[in-house]
This record gives sequence, structure tokens and C-alpha cells, in this order.
Amino acid sequence: MKSLKRNLFFTALAAVALALAGCKPSSESKTGAADTIKVGEFASLTGKEAAFGQSSHKGTLLAVEEINAAGGVLGKKIEFIYEDNRSTPGESATVVKKLITRDHVVAVLGEVASGRSLEAAPICQANKIPQISPSSTNPKVTETGDYIFRVCFIDPFQGTVMAKFAKSRLNAKNVAVLSDVAAPYSLGLAQYFKETFLADGGTVVSEQKFSSGDKDFKAQLTAIKAANPDAIFVPCYYTEAGLIVRQARQLGITVPLFGGDGWEAPELIQIGGEALEGCYYSTHYSPEDKSPAVQEFVSKFKAKNNGEIPDAMAALGYDSAMVLADAIKRAGTTDSVKLRDAIAATKDYAGVTGKTSLDANRNATKPAVILAIKDGKFKYVETISP
Amino acid sequence: MSEFLQQLINGLSLGAIYALIALGYTMVYGVLRFINFAHSDVFMVGAFVGYYAIEKWHLPANSIGGGLLALAMAMAICAALGVLIERFAYRPLRGRSTLSVLITAIGVSLLLQNVAQNRQIGFGPNPKAFPNLFPYSNFHLGALTVSSNQVIVLIVTLVLLAALYFIVNHTRTGTAMRALSFNPTAASLVGINNDFIISFTFALGSSLAAAGGILYALNYPSIDPLMGTLPGLKAFVAAVLGGIGNLPGAAVGGVVLGLVETLVVACGGSTYRDAVAFGVLILILLVRPSGLLGKAEREKV
Repeated sequence: MKSLKRNLFFTALAAVALALAGCKPSSESKTGAADTIKVGEFASLTGKEAAFGQSSHKGTLLAVEEINAAGGVLGKKIEFIYEDNRSTPGESATVVKKLITRDHVVAVLGEVASGRSLEAAPICQANKIPQISPSSTNPKVTETGDYIFRVCFIDPFQGTVMAKFAKSRLNAKNVAVLSDVAAPYSLGLAQYFKETFLADGGTVVSEQKFSSGDKDFKAQLTAIKAANPDAIFVPCYYTEAGLIVRQARQLGITVPLFGGDGWEAPELIQIGGEALEGCYYSTHYSPEDKSPAVQEFVSKFKAKNNGEIPDAMAALGYDSAMVLADAIKRAGTTDSVKLRDAIAATKDYAGVTGKTSLDANRNATKPAVILAIKDGKFKYVETISP
Repeated sequence: MSEFLQQLINGLSLGAIYALIALGYTMVYGVLRFINFAHSDVFMVGAFVGYYAIEKWHLPANSIGGGLLALAMAMAICAALGVLIERFAYRPLRGRSTLSVLITAIGVSLLLQNVAQNRQIGFGPNPKAFPNLFPYSNFHLGALTVSSNQVIVLIVTLVLLAALYFIVNHTRTGTAMRALSFNPTAASLVGINNDFIISFTFALGSSLAAAGGILYALNYPSIDPLMGTLPGLKAFVAAVLGGIGNLPGAAVGGVVLGLVETLVVACGGSTYRDAVAFGVLILILLVRPSGLLGKAEREKV
């Protein structure tokens, strides 16, 4: 009896050890000559949000290659060093420390997910290395300090856009919200959405939560179904969003579900399938945009990546590297203080995702695009300007 | 009321999968007295075999025949994997302390996870969308909705549980398994081939894990190399809850755990879902370590 108890105790202990066990990070960087300008990037190249990291990374890589083909900046080529954080908490801090202290990069580009940008930001700030996030939308990211920038809009704006969209386009009065407690992005976006939606006279009839990595959402969705909403706001990342939409349809929920730019990945459709028809999300750009800047970028990206159509993460990844190169040129040096000032002074830089001007809080102000999912494809609906 | 009934259905279908994985844990424990932690990764391999059967080996998706064939393939491949793991990782440690076998099991688990994450020899680290193996439809009973996948999970779990019960209690191999579990030395003295019986146990347990992996992926169609860890640990909790080493206990434990988890979320405690599940483990170890259906075991000191 006693020994059985003890055996089970050890077993339970082992179970916990198993749950906590991680594995070694892999580094794919290379070192090179001294007469280059080193730029670091950290991205979720593998793991749960790999679609974000891959897309953003391809965009950034395209920009770096273009800059180098045109002779580089300040007469030097850019040496691009990138690291994978495997979409895992804690890993971003490790790889960014490595980029700064071992590789001595002059600036850091990344990440897409706000939670992982927030991990790296204090490190960049403490080392006075400018960090430009291509597409983290949570306001807290740039609030970390004056060395942290972003080239996309922020969630208070995105939340407002989606609240107005739900009211005017979806004619929704009662909305349910299902958000991810483990992602600052999700919580922030849910919060800003609610504020605007309630202020405009709407009602939030049910508010449910889950935790990143969950796969069963039926309990939450059953509770939402009982509240009978006109639409369901699901601000989270694509892996969970795909499963949530699918399980919602399985439970007989027919109202539209809609989300933010975290839905932007081809994997969303692979996971969600037909269940996604008639759902919407907001994002930063649409490849269907007819402007020459967008079409030129789309054709260059397709040529380099086997016909893959770039999504918003790729476009912002491209813009983040271009804004950095532009700032290095204007600063005339890679000295961190002068480079920081040059990035902060970015005004009306014409990028793929529109004109980028950084405000006093180091955020960009840009229009949001709403896409619908129709016949298994992302279709442009409308552009909403700030 | 209909909301409550719907939550019961949700809990039941989640619990059925836990039960299926728990059966594998409990069988190996029943015979060898140790927890095979690599079980949750065999579960993952099972799901991936199902994925490759449809996506790479082009079995027909959305058909009962193709689905059953994929299920059978996954169970066969994982049974072989289970036998290999036992042969090379656990057999050399036969007769050593339980703790060293346990640590080896964790090592095997990490090995499988990391091999699976490798792009060249494994499945790669990114999540993949799992195809629909069986024809899919929703059944509506008043306000309640049951998906065909949920029904399949229940049916497969019941069938496998019955088959397992039959094998263990009514066949010669099953009798040998029970004899081995009772006393290995005496069993070999009466002519039982211990090595064969143990290999057989692993084959059986691993094929159950594969079935669990496929059914889990059917209901939650996003699979990745680390997908086994959490359901595996939950199934371990279920096995302990029902009384480890006890087959009906594992089934009961799985269903109870699935219902508890679903009801916790339904009552608004979604963030405490895993905490409650593991809280159940601590509670049962403190109050009734032999589990709900287990018998208190006496060991000579």
C-alpha cells in the first residue's frame, strides 16, 4: 500500500517533469565579415504560429536582398542574422539576447505575436538597440521604452474598426467574445472591441476564455450558443481560430464569427475548412489592392517564393526592413542613439502597407482592411481609415 | 437544460478519448507495474500515420472504408513501434528498479518528440491540418447537436474496450497476461513465455494509443509533434482516477475526467481547466490512491 502510494508519487513527479521538459533551441545564423551592417531578426519560424514567422521572414528577407542588390546602405551590405523562437514562451528573450550580445546587431526586427515582442522589448531597451516590430498590435509593445517601434496600427484602432464593422455591416446588437487568456494580443483586442461596442449601444451577451494550445472549445461555445448572439468575436491566432470556427459549426452555431489580424494565415483555411465561409477578419493590407506599390511587391514576392501570394505579415515584414534601411541612410551611421532618432523621425515613408509615419508613441497610423472568407479564399471587403 | 445536456455530450466525447489512451497506460501498468510515458507520443505517431495515410499514401478521405483502413494502419504501425520501444528501451532494464524504467520511459518520450519535430527524418515541427477520415455530418436532437465524429469516438472506444476485456479475460494470452501480472517468476515456471506476453501487451497498448490519436485528431483537427503531451498526462490522471491497472476503471476515469473538465469550463472556469484536472490527481492520491474502482493492494515488506 505504502509502496504503491510512493510509486504513484514518483510517477506524478515524473509527469510534471515531462510537462516542463523543453528541448534545445536551434540556431541557424551565420557569422561573416566585419564590413557589413548586421541586422537581427527573431521570428516564429516553427511551431504553433509558424505561418506568421515564415511569412514575415520571407517578406523581410526579400527586402534585405533588394537593399543589398541596390548596393546596400552607407556603402555596406546588410548582413541578415535570424533566429527561430519556435513559437514558444521564453525563447524570444534567449535568442534576442544572443543576437545583441554575441552577434552585435545594430537593430532587431520582430515579432508578429505581441506576447513575444513584449519578451524581447525590455532586452532591446536595456541594451539600447532599436527594435522594430513588423506586426505586433498590442499597445504595450512600444510602451516598453523609446527604442521600441512598430510599422503597423495598434489594437485600440483595430478593436474600434471591428466593433464598428460588427454594428454596421453585420447588424449585430448582441455579440459574444471568446478570447485567449495566455496571449496579450487576444486580451487587448477583446478589451478595445468591447469598449467601443458597448459605447455604441451594443451588448456583449457572453464572454468566454480559453488558453493558448487548447483544442477543445465546445464547452465555451455551448455556453455562447445558449446566449444566442448575433455574431461572435474571436480575437486569437489562426490555429485556435480554425478549430473554434469548426467546432462552432459542429454545435449548430450559424452566426458569423470574426477576428483580428491573428487570423491572417493560409493555415486558417486548412484547419477551419468550409466552416469558415461567411467569417470576417481585419488585417493590414490586401494583395488584391490595385496600387502599384502593392502589385509590384506581390509580383516580386511570388517570383521568389514559388507563386505564393504574400499576406499582411509578409508585407509588414518587408516594410519593417525597408523603414530600418531608410533610417540608417538618414542617420548616416549605425550608432544606436542616432539610429533610434532617425527611426523615430520616419515620416510618410511609402511602403507596401501604405504611408508609414511614426508618432510620438513610436506607433504607425495606417488604415485597416477587412477580408471575408468566401469559397475557401480571402476576399477584400472594405478599407477603414483611422 | 439543453445547454447542460449539450455540455454532457461534449464531456462524454472528450472523456471517451481520455479513456482510450488511459486503457493503454493501465494495461502496461497492470502487467509490468510501471507507467509507459512514451505512450502519449505513440498516440501522436498514430495521429500522424492517419494524416500520411490520407495526404501522402492517398487513401480515400471521407469514406468509411478509407477511414477504417487508416485506423487499422495506424494501429498496426504503432503496435510495431510499441514492440520496438519495449525491446530496445525497456527489456534491457527488466528486473531493475521501477524508477530507472520510468526515467527511461521519459527519455523515450523526449526522443520520439524530438525525432518527430525534425524536418528530415520526422514530421516537422509545424502543426498540420488533419483531414476528415470518415464522412461527416451533424445530428440534431431537438436543441442538441451531436457530430458523427463524436459518435465514432464513442463507438470505437466501446468496441475496443469490449475487445480488450475479452482478450484479457477469455483468451489464453489474456490468462497468461494476468498470470504474469500476478507473479512473473511463477508464470515462467509454468511455461509462459514472458518476453512474448510483454511484447504482446505493448503491441496492444500502443495500438490503443494509435486509435486514440486518430480519434483525437478527428475531433481536434490540428496535429503537431507535441500534441500528445497534454492528453497523455490527462489520460494518466484518468487511469489513476479509475484505479491504475484496472481496465473498466480506466474507462470510468476517462469519462469522469472529461465531464469534470467540460463542466469546469461550462461554469466559467476555463482558465482552471488543467489545474482542476491535475488537482483531481492530487486529490485521488491523497484520499484514495487505489482509485475509484481499484482494490487496495497489499505488499509484503
